[in-house]
Amino acid sequence: MVDTSRSPTESSGFSRKLAALIIIIYAVVTLIPITWIILTGFKSVTSSITYPPEVFFEPSLEGYVNLFTTRTRQSQEYLEALPPPETWYEELVRSREMVIAGPSKFFGRYANSLIIGFGATFLSVFLGALAAYAFSRFKIPLKDDLMFFILSTRMFPPIAVAVPIFIMYRKIGLGDTHLGMIILYTVVNLSLAVWLLKGFMDEIPREYEEAAMIDGYTRMGAFFKIVLPQATTGIAATAIFCMIFSWNEYAFAVLLTQFNAQTAPPFIPTIIGEGGQDWSAIGAGTTLFLIPVMIFTVVLRKHLLRGITFGAVRK
Amino acid sequence: MKNKIIHKAKGLSDRAVAWIFITPTLLLLLAINIYPLIYAISMSFTNFYANKLGKEIKWVGLKNYAKILGKEAIWERMQITASFMFWTLLLQAIIGLSLALLLNKKFKGNELLTTLIVLPMMLSPAVVGVFWTYLYNPQVGLFNYIVNFFYDFGSFDMIGSSTLAPWAIVIVDTWMWTPFTMLICLAGLRSIPNYLYEAAEVDRANRLQQFIYITLPSVLPFLLLALLFRGIENFKMFDMVVELTSGGPGSATELASIQLKREAFEKWKTGYSSAYAVILFVTIFGFGNVYVKVMNKIKDR
Repeated sequence: MVDTSRSPTESSGFSRKLAALIIIIYAVVTLIPITWIILTGFKSVTSSITYPPEVFFEPSLEGYVNLFTTRTRQSQEYLEALPPPETWYEELVRSREMVIAGPSKFFGRYANSLIIGFGATFLSVFLGALAAYAFSRFKIPLKDDLMFFILSTRMFPPIAVAVPIFIMYRKIGLGDTHLGMIILYTVVNLSLAVWLLKGFMDEIPREYEEAAMIDGYTRMGAFFKIVLPQATTGIAATAIFCMIFSWNEYAFAVLLTQFNAQTAPPFIPTIIGEGGQDWSAIGAGTTLFLIPVMIFTVVLRKHLLRGITFGAVRK
Repeated sequence: MKNKIIHKAKGLSDRAVAWIFITPTLLLLLAINIYPLIYAISMSFTNFYANKLGKEIKWVGLKNYAKILGKEAIWERMQITASFMFWTLLLQAIIGLSLALLLNKKFKGNELLTTLIVLPMMLSPAVVGVFWTYLYNPQVGLFNYIVNFFYDFGSFDMIGSSTLAPWAIVIVDTWMWTPFTMLICLAGLRSIPNYLYEAAEVDRANRLQQFIYITLPSVLPFLLLALLFRGIENFKMFDMVVELTSGGPGSATELASIQLKREAFEKWKTGYSSAYAVILFVTIFGFGNVYVKVMNKIKDR
């Protein structure tokens, strides 16, 4: 029997299966690097540098131990004179003829990433929501020009403004501080936040807040009690985009911070073991660093397009 | 009339609220974005060194600009940047569009696969650069192993060889950002109304004709938009390449923005590097403007 119910845009079963097959192959290939680095985090140092690369290996937490500690090599006699190890990680380190000297900087850098990421996200979404509401609802002179001005600030190469910011921050005492980085990332994120949130606010009917104002709310009150709760989805999507940017940012972090406020991206490349980079520790650090972003991506998938194009493309 | 009375009676006027809401954003942008930019432009006419703050700053006019434009180095870096942009944009356009066309055929698991394919794009470029140095490692790298598995080239070093290194960064950038082109093309494809195809079917247009006369023209503006965004980003490209090759070997992958960073933060030639930054900025703005005009013309057609 001839199938006549098929709409002209729908492809035949075979071509659909072929498309699915090619896409699956692409997805598998494109995920190999990420999978590999996650696997490497669970390898021992020796197993991370074997050739041919080992796909099946004995899992080890050496990478994670190395990531969180600094170690010193000791002689056999010294190790034998020590009291027996109290923890599994001490035992692991001693089996490599080393002792733990102290914690590494990774935890601090990760904490900095969290503090700066959440701080900047909160500030940019809050300020962005205020501005977006004003642009969405009120008559503002030169509105389109102001909106374009806000967008254009994202086009400047970061290095072009890094030197002036460096000098300015040093003068006012914001150099290498959390607050300084929070303000900087807030500003970089603001353009995205304003553009995205304006799109979401435009979709909330004005009648809601007008009704509230007739009921006795002030404009401010209506904004906080009526409009913001309505925009929750938009705010969440915007927040995640701002978070991903601040979490991944590298250029400003490496140029403007050194000890106090440095985030994880400039730190991960500097994880070095004996005789070169410690790939299992880098794998471990990368994995811990990637997990939040992967979760966000899954949560975010419906808003992806709007976010990455400043709302220029609507799905 | 009635509305006005309500506003007067309760709280601030709308105009006051509008300015209270916008001012913090504008002030922050002015302080952290515009002020540094003006500062950089004015420094570009001086011989200022940021590591010698006590030294007298001398006005040198256009000397920095003349010096930069007169040097071979900047043209070399521009060429490296241009070829990096050409190959990444070309590959991302072809692969991204093809993937979008395939994903547009609605099959089972479509949404899950899209999410998985998009993952590389969400990662930190610097961290991506680091772990690709591991994959490219000539002794133990997985990339080298897989390539040699299919065809035995013997030992090769993607990062250490000046002929392969430019391709090393093109591959990583393409791996990371093809999903971006794909997503935007997919949005374009999904926005094509069904009746266009139905009308074409009535006119007995075959599949190929439908593709050439309906699908391609509708998706083209979206593809061009994606390439604009990628073009601007890749012109500024810094983090991934710094961590992957740090511009080497020699200067084989030293993109303009990497050289800019060296002048500004290693040699501390603030005046000189500010002039360099302004030149790069003007270049990207110029090209961007022309591109947008061409893009709008294509869209209007």
